[in-house]
Amino acid sequence: MSELNEKLNEKEKIQLIFGDKRLDGRKFDELRNIKIEAGILKRADGSCYLEMGKNIVVAAVYGPREVHPRHLQDPSKAVIRYRYNMAPFSVEERKRPGPDRRSVEISKVSREALEAVIMKELFPRSGIDIFVEVLQADAGSRTACLNAASVALVDAGVPMKGMITSIAVAKADGVMVLDPMKEEDNYGEADIPFAFLIRGRKIESIALLQMDGRVTKDELKEAFRLAKKGAMEIYKLQKEAIMKKYVSESVENG
Amino acid sequence: MVEDILVDIKKDYVLSKLKEGERIDGRKFNEFRKIEIQTNIISKAEGSALVKLGNTQVIVGIKMQVGEPFPDTPDKGIIITNAELVPLASPTFEAGPPDEFSIELARVVDRGIRESEAVNLNKLCIEEGEKVWLIFIDIHALDDDGNLLDASSLAAISALLTTTVPAERFEVGDNYPLPVRDLPVSVTSLIVDDKFLVDPSRDEVSVGNRFLTITTDQDDNVVAMQKSGSYLLKEDRFFEILDVSISKARKIRERLKDI
Repeated sequence: MSELNEKLNEKEKIQLIFGDKRLDGRKFDELRNIKIEAGILKRADGSCYLEMGKNIVVAAVYGPREVHPRHLQDPSKAVIRYRYNMAPFSVEERKRPGPDRRSVEISKVSREALEAVIMKELFPRSGIDIFVEVLQADAGSRTACLNAASVALVDAGVPMKGMITSIAVAKADGVMVLDPMKEEDNYGEADIPFAFLIRGRKIESIALLQMDGRVTKDELKEAFRLAKKGAMEIYKLQKEAIMKKYVSESVENG
Repeated sequence: MVEDILVDIKKDYVLSKLKEGERIDGRKFNEFRKIEIQTNIISKAEGSALVKLGNTQVIVGIKMQVGEPFPDTPDKGIIITNAELVPLASPTFEAGPPDEFSIELARVVDRGIRESEAVNLNKLCIEEGEKVWLIFIDIHALDDDGNLLDASSLAAISALLTTTVPAERFEVGDNYPLPVRDLPVSVTSLIVDDKFLVDPSRDEVSVGNRFLTITTDQDDNVVAMQKSGSYLLKEDRFFEILDVSISKARKIRERLKDI
């Protein structure tokens, strides 16, 4: 058993901040390693593979397509559905398959974030389904999923007002830190997931905001600063992933 | 969900009033409806409260049981929060398993109580690793005239404040009052264009589900937040809402001190 795991098994709080570094050596405003690849699934209209630290998620977009069951159709706009699902093997202790209360809530707020930016009025009576599978979770899986989902939506050619980029900030040992990993999430004092609409290389507005823990107003201000910085870095990687797929496609097609 | 057609008709009226800087019921933008709190209304429950927020009515009942602790917190009691949006409370509610709205409601109420550490869970251990108290917070909506969330949070903390741990019934010692040490208060705002209204009524919500809920503790720390509804929020608007939420929560908290 690694030293880290042993620490985690202790009941009491563990030290998360060491000088100006964190448990895994990152600076307070440093993201975990991120890897994004667009268009990795054949059947889906759009897809994305994303790693964020130890998180591994896959997003698929189907649609715009016919809505089933039919009575869910909306004559004025597309119906957006979002399913956040964790694989049973994605966490330390096996997760029972199927939606639990946490996934239902995450699916709801994530869908709402995307609904606010997808130009759904262009596709009346149709449905856009976004499925995100968490293959491995390590804090911040909802933000990883939203980042993958936005790339998958672009890959599917769904028109949006801009890109949705999501990132969490935590409070660990009294310090605000960007992109918390599992230990900072479990033993930290607060967790604040954000998603922003980024348009024209600028953060325009907040599409998702939740929080649990205990923070002051000033700490929230710092959280916004960190989250916006992190979001701009992720946004770049999202764009690169999309560009990469388009470039390789255009090369293949001559 | 069945469409609530009557409310839809009021949408234009709400918006036209807002343009004149007024709310349809004459309230100020940062004004709550009349709050009434009645406690100990269900004698079979360990604690209970009925909260009226204008015409919105919610009952919260607290039941307690002896159970096994979670492996990672062997010496702490457990809080379980549930919300039932029964069809009696609104023409748009349907019977059946909890939908995403009732799950979200229960989870946001739960977060406020849990994160403010309002209930001292350390004092709810009977036998470490074996027996702890389970606290069931059951939210039962009676009449949804808007802002069930704040009514439910208020009812939940009010009910907890009047809860007696039923130790005698479970033959584990003498009854004692549930140790409550903080008073989390949630404030929900409805965002309409460049304005926001606290404690939105059902008719006001007809303009669209665009909510931000901020729960604060007695030291003005933020302990829970939830942006709910598909809309985009500006950062400076967020901080305006935060200030109003903190000051409103302070006022509402005074009411809880009388319980």
